Amino acid sequence: MTDLTNLTLTETLDGLKNKQFSATEVTQSYIKSMEANRRLNAYVLETPEVALAQAKEADTRYANGTNKALDGIPMGIKDLFCTKGIRTTACSHILDNFIPQYESTVTQNLLNAGISILGKLNMDEFAMGGSNETSYFGPVINPYKADNSDADLVAGGSSGGSAAAVSANMCVAATGTDTGGSIRQPSALCGVTGIKPTYGRCSRYGIMAFASSLDQAGPIAKSVKDCALLLNVMAGHDDKDSTSATVAVPNFTQLIGKDIRGLKIGIPAEYRPDGLNAEISKLWDDGIAMLKARGAEIVNISLPHTKYALAAYYIIAPAEASSNLARYDGVRYGLRVEGNGLDEMYINTRSEGFGKEVKRRIMIGTYVLSAGYYDAYYLKAQKVRHLIRNDFIEAFKKCDMILTPTSPTPAFPIGDKSMQDNPINMYLNDVFTVSVNLAGLPGMSIPMGLSEHGLPLGLQLIGQAFDEQRIFQVAATLEQDAAFKRK
Amino acid sequence: MAIDKETVKRIAFLSRLRVEDDKIEATEAEFNKILQWIEQLNELNTDGIEPLVSVNENNITCREDIVTTGNHSKEVLANAPQAAYGYFTVPKVIE
Amino acid sequence: MSEYIITTEKGKWEVICGLEIHCQIISNSKMYSGASTVFGADPNEHVSFVDAGMPGMLPTLNKQCVHQAVKTGLGLNAKINKYSAFSRKNYFYADLPQGYQITQFQYPLVGEGKVVVDLSDGTTKEIGIERIHIEQDAGKSIHDLDPKRSFIDLNRAGVGLMEIVTKPDFRSPEEAGEFLKKLRSIVRYLGTCDGNMDEGSMRCDVNVSVRPYGSNELRTRCEMKNVNSVKFVMQAIENEAKRHIEVYESGGQIAQETRQFDPVTGQTKVMRKKEYAHDYRYFPEPDLLPLVLTDEYIESVRKEMCELPDAKKARYIEQLGLTPYDAKVICENKEIADFFETAAQGRDAKKVANWLMGDFFAMLKEKHLELKDSPVSAEHLGKLVDLICKEVISGKIAKDVFVIMTDTGKDPEQIVEEKGLKQVTDTGAIEAIIDGVIASNPDNLAAYKGGKTNLLGWFVGQVIKQSQGKANPAIVNKLLKERLDK
Repeated sequence: MTDLTNLTLTETLDGLKNKQFSATEVTQSYIKSMEANRRLNAYVLETPEVALAQAKEADTRYANGTNKALDGIPMGIKDLFCTKGIRTTACSHILDNFIPQYESTVTQNLLNAGISILGKLNMDEFAMGGSNETSYFGPVINPYKADNSDADLVAGGSSGGSAAAVSANMCVAATGTDTGGSIRQPSALCGVTGIKPTYGRCSRYGIMAFASSLDQAGPIAKSVKDCALLLNVMAGHDDKDSTSATVAVPNFTQLIGKDIRGLKIGIPAEYRPDGLNAEISKLWDDGIAMLKARGAEIVNISLPHTKYALAAYYIIAPAEASSNLARYDGVRYGLRVEGNGLDEMYINTRSEGFGKEVKRRIMIGTYVLSAGYYDAYYLKAQKVRHLIRNDFIEAFKKCDMILTPTSPTPAFPIGDKSMQDNPINMYLNDVFTVSVNLAGLPGMSIPMGLSEHGLPLGLQLIGQAFDEQRIFQVAATLEQDAAFKRK
Repeated sequence: MAIDKETVKRIAFLSRLRVEDDKIEATEAEFNKILQWIEQLNELNTDGIEPLVSVNENNITCREDIVTTGNHSKEVLANAPQAAYGYFTVPKVIE
Repeated sequence: MSEYIITTEKGKWEVICGLEIHCQIISNSKMYSGASTVFGADPNEHVSFVDAGMPGMLPTLNKQCVHQAVKTGLGLNAKINKYSAFSRKNYFYADLPQGYQITQFQYPLVGEGKVVVDLSDGTTKEIGIERIHIEQDAGKSIHDLDPKRSFIDLNRAGVGLMEIVTKPDFRSPEEAGEFLKKLRSIVRYLGTCDGNMDEGSMRCDVNVSVRPYGSNELRTRCEMKNVNSVKFVMQAIENEAKRHIEVYESGGQIAQETRQFDPVTGQTKVMRKKEYAHDYRYFPEPDLLPLVLTDEYIESVRKEMCELPDAKKARYIEQLGLTPYDAKVICENKEIADFFETAAQGRDAKKVANWLMGDFFAMLKEKHLELKDSPVSAEHLGKLVDLICKEVISGKIAKDVFVIMTDTGKDPEQIVEEKGLKQVTDTGAIEAIIDGVIASNPDNLAAYKGGKTNLLGWFVGQVIKQSQGKANPAIVNKLLKERLDK
């Protein structure tokens, strides 16, 4: 029998339905893979017994014909999703041993559809980072290595554990969250497929908040169709999240395989700045050619405020984060470092509990909201956010969808000095992805090829709000034409 | 708008974070670098542009006034680093 | 209008005061969670994961809290803002689990309004309402259970509050006191807040400054937090104003600061100086979308409004003939007004008011009873007045009947029946008593005939006494006069 962990979610479901193998067998294969690949540091908590118990129930349902949409699919869950009774830390020391007494809506939806949970996946601390190096549990190692170096490479971030685990067949699929590129960028760097849905598509309830107006959950998986099947289950209005959309959830697989002839694909000039990595530039051209060959119409568009998106993002996201992370104070859960008096206890706890990047962003966020600076920074950034969204509204008058690179570079070595020394260099990794979050649009990364040195590269499709269906449609053609093969 | 050492200390306290004395200078420099980068936004004229608070343009939907949860102090306190008699406890607050 | 001027050896001063009142909204569940608002549960039992600020928890707005605040706004003649939005107010405190309070800042639910207060000299004054916004209450810190630790109970955390901010329109402690009473009366009428200041369901922050009488300047103000009775609010204004004047007159300056009122000494002391104050870093709450109300909604709330104390008072004076004083006292409390209206239904309302204001309130006071615990029901009080009006019993007997009613809770008709207290109006029976009285008092009869006509009253008294109080005094009077003057 072939290694079950090589199968996509779609193939696994078929095999389960056809009784080629059992959910327990699938789960056991993944548990073995999880153990074999511990070197990658993708999981921060393995829950094989939980997964096996859930798989057993799935097998019962397959036996009696009551199987559900994703029954018996073993998944990894980003450690930002609260899972009832299973330690959830956001990969922060400040949430040492936090065991939620509740389940996030997204994971509950997945559990209701029959998945089993293999464990909790590594990530940048509180999802703040682009390389998974800010995790309290250490960096995730990219399953890929450059063919000219033995250096361990980053998996991207913040959902680095999710992308690496899917890439290395340590789970069929994983959940991720994306505030500025945290699903798409690691997906690109690890050669897997991931979508950040429209803001409001998936409930944020039970997902530890980083920047509430930008955060959105989504799937990372081995194929476009896998992502669509997962999003079918993850999405939907939730009364427990006032910002979750009341829009109906269509069948996201419906347009997959349909002709894209006549669809207008926008190519934004601003995404090809001087000095863009030549490999990335070529990959993008190849993608454009593929869509053109399929009969899509290529339209040149402009998103004039693109260059300001990162700066606006690095005001808005830290501002919201500074407030969202105030609750980690050592009183009700998590780490507590005693001190003389309440304020000292707060300061001791938070100084020891948060890592360097998180502290940096809390302080920047506090500063931009503080008296006398609010208008100059926060309000200004929100106005720029409006301009950025207007750019997209204008662009979508000329095209149905936008194609861009996902990340400006392939995976880089862990501990890269220029990024460690200058946080702005790290922030620049999000240059192609943050605008999508600021505008609340859906964006998907599709693995399209390998760099000169054998590292995965991805392209990004940006759709109109709530138009994920057509993203999946176009993404599926790119997937087919690029025929990217995971290692 | 450059940050000075006093501001670093004030922001650290507002954030309830400690910046060790020997790190204040480095923090100040780093913040100024980031702020300088952020201030590229000032190139843009945003007069008359409304701030975008949320991309969700709907209005809030309200919840019915029904009691749906409670009487589970054990779960509420389950992760408390310190608790006594059903209360969370903190170092004594002198008001 | 009599002015409140503080006169010292050095000059005359005027007080400027504004109030911020936090009213706990009456609702079943909390503002942003489905936990109960009922007071008095074991610690942390009425706490949802949202209230406890657990990671990943999100607020969801309770429609009843909005409804109650709109109703209150309408009751204060205020503009309801169809667009309002939520903000976060950031600060660290042990009983603030999220590290921020969800409140409204730039876009409050209710805008400007006004309230008319009645002053003791018979004049009225209009007090401006600046705004009302809705926000969540904090939990409670308990400091006296342990020498080294404070205890945190989050049962109150997340209960809905309306913060009512007045304009700085108060010029005397009395105005502020009367405003608070009026406000309390209005929210109780509306059922939007129970208005119990001593239990903390209505809490008052007082802002005070002074200026030389006649000037228009605005001087530095001080804020006193959580003053918890009308009396204390009035004291706090008076004493804080005096403190300011003393400082100014001795050449000093007032620092802008938050002070605490000590109910024992009546004085204020500094809590924290403004320069160390919080920087609240307000910003739009990204977890809650804006609140947008329609005209239809606002009108539907308006239709639910009951008659408020001012309108009721006017009606009592104009239509029922009550004195302004009686009308004010009865209207101040909706329960009393409801009781009065039940008792007065279809009767001489003024007589009912007299009984209510007199014997009835005296009885409650003497027995230390709340209205709801009164042994005398509104219906029974009304019947008692009926018995008097229909001359079934005299006013004097009625007082005795009332005492029996308070002791037994019985129907006055039943009491009169059982005790045989019906007034005697049968002239034959009365004449028989008159005959007896005259027969046994020949000396007084002679004296009367001799010109001492003021003895009539003595004869009347004797006759009524012999009838055991049941003889109708008017009839006795008439018959006696006829007999004596024969």
